[in-house]
Amino acid sequence: MSQQTIDTDYNFGYLDEQTKRMIRRALLKAVAIPGYQVPFGSREMPLARGWGTGGIQITAALIGPHDTLKVIDQGADDTTNAVSIRRFFARVAGVKTTETTTEASIIQTRHRIPEQPLNEGQILVYQVPQPEPLRKIESSEVETRKMHAWSEYGAMHVRLYEDIARYGRVATSYSYPVMVNNRYVMSPTPIPKFDNPKMDQLPALQLFGAGREKRIYAIPPFTKVKSLDFDDYPFEIQKWKEPCALCGARDSYLDEVITDDRGGRMFVCSDSSYCETRRDEGHVGPQMNWAKDQAFINDNSEETP
Amino acid sequence: MNAIEDLYIEDLHARDDSAPILTASDVTRLYGERVGCREVNFSLWPGEVLGIVGESGSGKSTLLRCLAGQDRPTSGVITLNFDGAPLNLFDIPEPRRRQLMRTKWGIVHQNPRDGLRMDVSAGGNIGERLMDRGDRHYGKIRTAALDWLSRVEIETNRVDDYPRHFSGGMQQRLQLARVLVPEPKLVFMDEPTGGLDVSVQARLLDLLRVLVRDLGIAAIIVTHDLAVARLLTDRLMVMKDGMVVEHGLTDQVLDDPHHAYTQLLTSAVLAA
Repeated sequence: MSQQTIDTDYNFGYLDEQTKRMIRRALLKAVAIPGYQVPFGSREMPLARGWGTGGIQITAALIGPHDTLKVIDQGADDTTNAVSIRRFFARVAGVKTTETTTEASIIQTRHRIPEQPLNEGQILVYQVPQPEPLRKIESSEVETRKMHAWSEYGAMHVRLYEDIARYGRVATSYSYPVMVNNRYVMSPTPIPKFDNPKMDQLPALQLFGAGREKRIYAIPPFTKVKSLDFDDYPFEIQKWKEPCALCGARDSYLDEVITDDRGGRMFVCSDSSYCETRRDEGHVGPQMNWAKDQAFINDNSEETP
Repeated sequence: MNAIEDLYIEDLHARDDSAPILTASDVTRLYGERVGCREVNFSLWPGEVLGIVGESGSGKSTLLRCLAGQDRPTSGVITLNFDGAPLNLFDIPEPRRRQLMRTKWGIVHQNPRDGLRMDVSAGGNIGERLMDRGDRHYGKIRTAALDWLSRVEIETNRVDDYPRHFSGGMQQRLQLARVLVPEPKLVFMDEPTGGLDVSVQARLLDLLRVLVRDLGIAAIIVTHDLAVARLLTDRLMVMKDGMVVEHGLTDQVLDDPHHAYTQLLTSAVLAA
């Protein structure tokens, strides 16, 4: 979309070459052991910890001059964090940036997997606040490492048990733990559980970076990823009664948007790129139809059923 | 030969065939210069309840921690025998030891907070042990949790309450349920009645006696309360300064103490 000139005051991709090599080594190890948390020497970045320093370091270590970068924050390409990180890499690496999922070779994400299916050759980089799925159950790091090392994952199900006992179903809706490659229980970061099934056998490479917690982990392409569940309470994803108000999609993850102080609300795709693409293709949601009736907007496109 | 004699002989044979479930030989735990416990030798047979008594600092808890696999003895060997294949507790790999710890034996802590997850409901606390061993059916886990709650005399409608909302006695009984649900062969108890008032103690003791007898569990109970020892245990070990000073049948040790310290201990009890 935009090609910027590189800021030569910085090393290509901001990080120095030694740091990149260190991160790449950690990445290789992470890919070799799917779901295992590899410690790495997380650096200070020009970004507050907790704002995606892990993801940004992975991207910096991976990015090359011919890459095309897309950054999403809660599914949207146009939020502050996404815009800033995109601009950062345009400046320090001079790479092309895009909002279109299919064009991107690297997608850095905070808390969503794009609705558009990812392909081989694409890399999805997650920003991770808390890499340890067992943390809520066990506060000791020594203990959680042993639990991972010896696959002692019974306690993980206690969280799900508590949900069912209290709410009659598994109420955990994001950061829903998964079992990777039948071996490691992994936190999929705070993505909604709606996105969990997309991780399974994904053709793209998935990398996870936790800057503050200094951990990197990965899911190689075409790896089995299973969400934890009970035999009599199988895993299920969120559903909505209505389609996206703007593009009419029924297969995407919807955000609830409060529109006034009298209980007015609308549901729209959280993946802004997906929603726009659909609207460009002529899909129309209920609210757009209503707006057309009210003559608030001009109808240039042909409506498709 | 009449039927009663038959039974008696059968019982004797059963006893002869069975190997000790736990054998401690020369178990010593030193903390630098200081002695935790020294050269402790004994065997425990399936279904037997052994008491360890002694004053504070006599090494009771240190010994129990070693026996339960939580603390490696400085020297000595602890052998466990669950299914005919004796294993050296500290020779086996740690994951195997931890797995046995969750399934074959259990530990009842003096303070229920050490043995329970306080931010997990009572049902979750009991169910965790089942999920540890791979149970993945919510309905069955739930049923087992309810069943165990009633067995330890906690109303089943408290199943979704947090242990922190339970009284001390209830917490202790819940801890007992959590330990017993995987049906262990051996249970270690460190002052199970400590910090409870006498009526609650009595109820817990009654429950312990019934459960241990019904399930045929071997148990080692550390206590400083001789009444608890008399009520629950078959055999008694008296410890002082990390050493076992007297060892025998409970009533024999309590009614006819030989060692000077044991005589002191038994005479120090106030008759109610």
